[in-house]
Amino acid sequence: MVRFLAFAPLVIAAAFGGFFLWGLDGDRDPNAIPSVLISKPAPEFALEPVPGLDTPGLARADLAGAKGPTIVNVFASWCVPCRAEHAVLTALAETEGQTLFGINYKDKPADAVRWLNELGNPYERIGSDQTGRAGIEWGISGVPETFIIAPDGTVLYRYVGPVVGDNAVATFRAALRQAGSLPVDGG
Amino acid sequence: MKRLALYLFLVPGAATVAQAVEPDEILADPQLEARARDISRGLRCVVCQNQDIDSSNAGVARDLRLLVRERLVAGDSDDDVIAYVRARYGDYVLMSPPLTPATFALWGAPFILSGIGMVFFIALTRRQGSAQTRPLLSDDEEKQVDRFLDRGSEEDTS
Repeated sequence: MVRFLAFAPLVIAAAFGGFFLWGLDGDRDPNAIPSVLISKPAPEFALEPVPGLDTPGLARADLAGAKGPTIVNVFASWCVPCRAEHAVLTALAETEGQTLFGINYKDKPADAVRWLNELGNPYERIGSDQTGRAGIEWGISGVPETFIIAPDGTVLYRYVGPVVGDNAVATFRAALRQAGSLPVDGG
Repeated sequence: MKRLALYLFLVPGAATVAQAVEPDEILADPQLEARARDISRGLRCVVCQNQDIDSSNAGVARDLRLLVRERLVAGDSDDDVIAYVRARYGDYVLMSPPLTPATFALWGAPFILSGIGMVFFIALTRRQGSAQTRPLLSDDEEKQVDRFLDRGSEEDTS
């Protein structure tokens, strides 16, 4: 017993040290909210097109009907990071042939039209989610958020925040490669 | 005076915290509204993560409050409403984490730690106790001690 007690401070220090080491890990994001959607079918939703745009609306059926994996991007004209992210998504859609769908989240149609006219419209389909209800179905916590959906309608990946900067783009491209929608050896 | 100033400073703050629920959200039926408030206090705002949706001003929190009320009006039970939100946002949205295999450590830690504390406590008090109940000196030993003491005093006086 005495011998055990002699080691107790060491054991306690090691336990706390281990806990603190885990807490200090820079890759651990305590604010990250695990998504319940991953590996599950995409939620049921049907959104009207944005009035004033030629782009058709977006519904659950469009995800399952696509040829390959699709990217679903939740955006809004009032969202400043979305503006920064727009170029990255446009490049993916236009030069690398990714299928890009958009959910226009709680946006005034006129603002969305003006925003897309100014920056260009890389989206194949855009659903207008004025009430934010589709956003809740997708479990989003804000804009932008970007999902990768398998051709059978399963959610493969979710990126919270703008896909901007080398790290974010690399992470997102790795997810696209894993989904099989980018060639594995490609950068 | 200082205290009064402190109250004046704190009270408006408390009032604004409590009033995230906007008048247009409140249900006409006070009973349903009370249930909605109760449910809202158990749901985490996913934007400002240490606030419940009842006290958060974030847009998503408002949407969720409206959703909770909509489900209640549609006739859902409290558990149904919570399950509905939980299906979309996961366990994370609950302010008190449910008991699942992932949270066993969390729920068990207090018991395990107090168990370890008890072991230490018992071990230490036992040792102390045994020190106190050491048998008294035998008569022979007492005499020996007396002899030493006596001789000591004799030497001192000589």
